[in-house]
Amino acid sequence: MRINGDQNHTIGDSLKKRNVMDQEMEKLIWEYIDGHCSPEVKAEITRHLAEDQAWKIRYDELMSIHALLQKEELDMPSLRFTKNVMEEIAQYHVAPATKNYINKNVIRGIGAFFLVMITGLFIYFMGQIHWSGTSTQNLVPSYSIDASKLNWSKLLNNTYVNIFIGINTILGLILADKYMQRKKNAGHSGHWSKGDSA
Amino acid sequence: MTITGQPDEEVIGRVLKGDQSAFALLVEKYQNYIFTLVLRFIENREDAEEIAQDVFVKAYRSLADFRGDSKFSTWLFTITRTTCLSFLRKKKLDTQSLDNERTGLQIENRESGFNANLVEQKSRHAMLNRAIAMLSPDDAQVLNLFYKGDQTLEEIGKIMRLDANTVKVKLHRARQRLKDKMEKYFAHEVREIHAD
Repeated sequence: MRINGDQNHTIGDSLKKRNVMDQEMEKLIWEYIDGHCSPEVKAEITRHLAEDQAWKIRYDELMSIHALLQKEELDMPSLRFTKNVMEEIAQYHVAPATKNYINKNVIRGIGAFFLVMITGLFIYFMGQIHWSGTSTQNLVPSYSIDASKLNWSKLLNNTYVNIFIGINTILGLILADKYMQRKKNAGHSGHWSKGDSA
Repeated sequence: MTITGQPDEEVIGRVLKGDQSAFALLVEKYQNYIFTLVLRFIENREDAEEIAQDVFVKAYRSLADFRGDSKFSTWLFTITRTTCLSFLRKKKLDTQSLDNERTGLQIENRESGFNANLVEQKSRHAMLNRAIAMLSPDDAQVLNLFYKGDQTLEEIGKIMRLDANTVKVKLHRARQRLKDKMEKYFAHEVREIHAD
């Protein structure tokens, strides 16, 4: 039983090994057919094809599939296809290129806005923490924020909050100004796509 | 080059200058490629034709965004892939999804359906098309782009958002699976092909 088990194991291993070798051979032949292998590998495969019948048979098999794929016919849509597309696009104009209306400064501005907002909130909350721990064993700061007892009027008078709101208002105004300016410029330069296509 | 022999860039330039009719040259040139690609995702010909039209409309509307740093066909195939995937997501069609498990099940269903029609598969091209239809959309797409779209591995990578090496592996596996399908379901035709 022991011997049979070992024999089965060996046969299984051998088949597995052969399968892996077959797959590797196919992979190399496909690369050879596609011209995707290095000159050294190409020379090696050419030698195998000339000397080894198994390689030659597999090469012929794969080459026939490759040739068939190359000759594959494309499906054709209905004869009205082009007409349908042209009728459809007649109601549209080519949209201006995205890079023309997406200004990197606007994106940077939005980024800065969120950065300021996050920094402001961070500074504010850090200011609310009472660093009362005196012992080195108690490094966790104690929080004294109680939402129900929060004095909102006091919070809104906080210097940090005022600065934070001020910066955001300025950034908001800059963004609004840029947006209006772009809109105004677009109006002056005219709708090129409409004008051209008319 | 379009049918009239004009390079794509020249035709695109004309369209961007307002010559809308020039776009027909691009439609004529690429409609079969696009339609075939769409059919690999959506089996229903009517839906596929509608989506292929939608691809060209989208391409026309965003033509100004084509920067020319890749082939026009690569750009068009990218739109095709995105449009097909969003169509499948929206409609939740049970045809093909990128989910392997589901795709596997569908392929099994399709295989059983095709078995009944095996006798009718006479021509080699019909056989090949049937075998490709049994593959997953990704496998079918990579084969189409490589063989029909004349796309390089790098260009296919751009379309499928993969790196060239992954595409190479995918292409190898797709051909392997195609070979397996052909040998399993079209053994007689395959023998004939090998005998030639």
